[in-house]
Amino acid sequence: MTEETLRDLIGRVKRGSLSRRGFVKRVAALGLTAPMATQLLAVTGAAPAAAQSVPAYAPARRGGGALRILYWQASTLLNPHFAVGTTNQDSSRVFYEPLAGWATDGTLHPILAAEIPSVENGGLSPDGRSVTWKLKRGVKWHDGQDFSADDVVFTAEYSRNPAVGATTSGSYQGLNVVKVDDHTVRVEFERPTPFWADAFVATAGVIIPRHLFANFNGPNSRDAPTNLRPVGTGAYRFVSFAPGDTLRAEANPNYHLPNRPFFDTVEIKGGGDAVSAARAVLQTADFDYAWNLQVEDEILQRLEATGRGRVNIVEGGNVEFIQLNTTDPNVEVNGERSSITTQHPAFRDPAVRQAMALLVDRESISRFIYGRGGPATPNFLNNPPRFRSPNMRMEFNVARANEILDRAGWARGQGGIRQKDGVRLRFVFQTSVNAPRQRTQQIIRQAAQRAGIEIELKTVTASVFFSSDVANPDTFTKFYADMQMYTTTMTQADPQRFMNQYVSWEISSRANSWQGRNVVRWRNEEYDRIFREAEGELDPVKRAALFIRMNDLIVGSNHIIPIVQRPLVSASLNNLRPVLSAWDSTMWLLSDWWREA
Amino acid sequence: MVSLCVLGFLVLAVLIGPLVWTVPIDEIDFSKRLQGPSWEHPLGTDDLGQDLLARILYGGRISLAVGFAAMAVAILVGVIVGAIAGMAGGRVDAALMWLTDLFLSLPELPLLLLIIYLFRDSLVGIVGPEMGVFILIVLIIGGFRWMPVARLVRAQFFSLREKEFVEAARALGATRTRLVMVHILPNSLGPVLVAATIDIAAAIIAESTLSFLGLGFPPDIPTWGRLLFDAKDNLDFAPHWAIFPGLAIFLTVLSINFVGDGLRDAFDPRRVK
Amino acid sequence: MTSYLIRRLLLMIPSILGISVVLFAVLAMAPGDPFEELATNPAVPPEVRANLRASLGLDDPIHVRYVNWLFAMLRGDWGFSFVSRIPVDDLILQRLPVTIAVIGASQLLALLVALPVGIYAATRPYSIFDQIANTLAFVGFSLPTFFTGLLLILLFSIHLDWFPFVYRTQLDSTGWQWWWDQFRQSIMPVTVLGLFQGAALVRFVRSAVLDVIRLDHVTTARAKGIPERAVITRHVVRNAMIPVVTLVALQMPIIFGGAIVTEQIFRVPGIGSLLISAVLSNDTPVIMAVTFVFACLVILFNLIADLLYGWLDPRISYR
Repeated sequence: MTEETLRDLIGRVKRGSLSRRGFVKRVAALGLTAPMATQLLAVTGAAPAAAQSVPAYAPARRGGGALRILYWQASTLLNPHFAVGTTNQDSSRVFYEPLAGWATDGTLHPILAAEIPSVENGGLSPDGRSVTWKLKRGVKWHDGQDFSADDVVFTAEYSRNPAVGATTSGSYQGLNVVKVDDHTVRVEFERPTPFWADAFVATAGVIIPRHLFANFNGPNSRDAPTNLRPVGTGAYRFVSFAPGDTLRAEANPNYHLPNRPFFDTVEIKGGGDAVSAARAVLQTADFDYAWNLQVEDEILQRLEATGRGRVNIVEGGNVEFIQLNTTDPNVEVNGERSSITTQHPAFRDPAVRQAMALLVDRESISRFIYGRGGPATPNFLNNPPRFRSPNMRMEFNVARANEILDRAGWARGQGGIRQKDGVRLRFVFQTSVNAPRQRTQQIIRQAAQRAGIEIELKTVTASVFFSSDVANPDTFTKFYADMQMYTTTMTQADPQRFMNQYVSWEISSRANSWQGRNVVRWRNEEYDRIFREAEGELDPVKRAALFIRMNDLIVGSNHIIPIVQRPLVSASLNNLRPVLSAWDSTMWLLSDWWREA
Repeated sequence: MVSLCVLGFLVLAVLIGPLVWTVPIDEIDFSKRLQGPSWEHPLGTDDLGQDLLARILYGGRISLAVGFAAMAVAILVGVIVGAIAGMAGGRVDAALMWLTDLFLSLPELPLLLLIIYLFRDSLVGIVGPEMGVFILIVLIIGGFRWMPVARLVRAQFFSLREKEFVEAARALGATRTRLVMVHILPNSLGPVLVAATIDIAAAIIAESTLSFLGLGFPPDIPTWGRLLFDAKDNLDFAPHWAIFPGLAIFLTVLSINFVGDGLRDAFDPRRVK
Repeated sequence: MTSYLIRRLLLMIPSILGISVVLFAVLAMAPGDPFEELATNPAVPPEVRANLRASLGLDDPIHVRYVNWLFAMLRGDWGFSFVSRIPVDDLILQRLPVTIAVIGASQLLALLVALPVGIYAATRPYSIFDQIANTLAFVGFSLPTFFTGLLLILLFSIHLDWFPFVYRTQLDSTGWQWWWDQFRQSIMPVTVLGLFQGAALVRFVRSAVLDVIRLDHVTTARAKGIPERAVITRHVVRNAMIPVVTLVALQMPIIFGGAIVTEQIFRVPGIGSLLISAVLSNDTPVIMAVTFVFACLVILFNLIADLLYGWLDPRISYR
């Protein structure tokens, strides 16, 4: 389907000569999925940008008793702008709120904003250089003070102050925040910014009270008493906190939405392991909700069979994938292994890469290991649906892999291992210590063996593998191995930050202390060019097409092999109605959680 | 005698077993997942459909070797340090006990990570991957378990060297070495034997913990401790997966204990009849 | 005796200092990074990480950091947790009561079971009681705590539904009900840990008593017609206590150090779980504080053991 046809159809919807349902039908006939179609409508302004993506809130009263939540990692601090990792972001989100959050279909949902800015309501400037947020009126902090535009402006100042050391500072660079009036704020960008919903949105965007943090906007930031006794605008207010153990909260009687919150108290208990967390909800019903159950699905299904609770699967953009090194990890150039000046002796041959992709049995890995927690995928960029490429295929075929290698001249030698020009197909395959990953490693190793490729498995403890420690050779960004596997996370409903993992200026090397995001060290001029184009492209349809092309380029090179998507898996009791999102914190809409009688 | 037979049987089984039971240890068969014992798979299968008997036999070689070697390291170091400290006293004693205290208070995890980081590559380079990992594991487990032995032996020495029979031997002009080797050491071995048996079990289990730090053997090598750990989450659905490796460890510990008791009784001149 | 005690106490200072140097060096050189999760998060620019490292003093040379730490410690400032950004002593104090209650109870249980069982088994070697006690002890230490813990959970929490398996620090109940709830949630972790340690202790006690029971002065005492019971308590047990005291002294510091695996299984917020999460996130100030206190306790209890030797067996001279 051409861009022309799409535009024509969207135009007809806007003018009212085609119903939305009719649009979805026609587009579906052209090979696009229904979610993709609705999103296209939404982003082009033909449908409300804040679609009805959040389930209706039913309770007519409060007083729902206690809500007990179990995290197998415990939170350690409650300042959202210091949060390192999801657990801390989640627990501070119980008290603090952003202007808007991301619903699970990738659309924005207003929280402290009165409405979502759009071109139509004048919130977005057509040149993509500013966003104007209208704030909700009558919102009060837990200590009774009024919430206003000053708090929003202060949050940006606080976060980007280098002396504070906020982990969210990346979201407040290259922009200017102006207070228009007490309930209006304008964000001005240095350059046209198609993805404007970063500052003040979701995890990085929670607003903190100026009157409590103003004296701690500097090197003394860690001394702020509010770091451990949060005062926010959220549906629940602070009761007590033991770092690394339990967080308690109670209903905020002055919350800014009617009939909310439902529960009287909230308790978040941390620690332990994922399997027993699942047991505590699904088997014994001691807790209402258990977070992030990275457990083999077979176990979850058996626990679910008890009938007390169910498993929630929320699809996002996280993907578990394999990287085939483009550089040679065994050659040292000026003291640097996997140096960009080298080429991998085996993987530089596209035939070897193609064969490797054919040897990964994604269907079985998905079915027998990850189950519902990991649908097999041929794509690196999977969500939101409008960015999902229809062009990639996945196949598991040992015979074809053998054929391709034979044809490329890799002949079986000693011990049945293929070789060519003195290069043997013997690879070191590393990943972090994690049960499903070790299972996957074994499955891939066995298939490779049948194709005359020997794989040596290596595991590194997660705290080392994912560290940015320059001195350690086992970190994933150093990539001193032939192959490696991990999950890369997509934290926003926009792929720009996600797809910069393959641009040449992000290549991880000693020069940038291995901080570059392009770990596989792949270089492609076309990719670089398209990425630059997408950065400034304001037309959402064109932009989506550019990202799909990027996905096809990197996946088509076979230097990366996507395996499974990693949706967020959690467990809840049958009568609990949580509102979850893959693009935002678990607690993003805790105000709307309730329990059926 | 029975215990010797059991121990001998275990050792033979893991040595010869893989030659007799030739089912491959890593044959993945999804159609046979988590099956209980059957003629085809006498001990059942795990969640990838791999044969557990083959895996237990193969893994047993490593587990037993690690268990015995690490125990030997721990006991040897412990007895030597404890004997020297107990005999010499004074400054030597203070210095050795400082060392013991130091080892007791070192946090294991960061130290392990440091050791992997510092030594793995060089050791693997010298003696090859399997042997390198084996030596490293044995030294680490042994290196973390000798301290109680040292303190026990030292305490025994303190008490024994003042006993009448030692005094008598000393008065008769026995040399220091002879005093230690003939009179004191044999009498202080009671707790050492107990420690030895506990250390074997502890070493087999500790090996599995190490592989979770990426320090142990590669994840596809089914040592007993590893099997037990992998099986734990399926305990209520597939108990056979956990029971057999657990039983193997238990039988090893049991038989070694009885062998130890037998040895002690056999060599004790004042044996209670 | 007193001069010996003073000398030993003075000697503790250099040995603690020495140990602290080694501890600090190990932690500083161990690989890892407190900001691991930031590394995979694309929203956090590398400069932020570098900035954080610098602000926490992670880029200073090791010896500078050690001297800073030592002087702060001498002033009573335990430092700031990188991860929680609160004082380390607050963190430890929050964990201490639970640790002492749960781990202390399990140590007590271990002693209470192991001492009588071990002694009784040794006085009747190879009797049926002895055989059963031994076999149970072998089961006890050949099964790891992660396994026995899970077994208890499956049996008592899931099948019988008697006890909860998630330990909660703040119970809603009051009065007797509070004590009862506390008991119900503590019983499984205490049992798992107590039996694991008790199992080893039974073997040691039995062996120590067996060693003594064969010695000449015991035979003499028996020959003198002293009742068997008195022989056992006065002559045998007292002499057999030396290895037992050694072992107990080795185990006492654990009451502070916690038990990582058991705490993890039952979600007991003790010092063991604080330590492990600090290690995994490379929160050096917390690791340093916990291990340092632990080291002091190790030294202290081993000193106490040394003093007890002399009391148990007066012939052991203090030099």
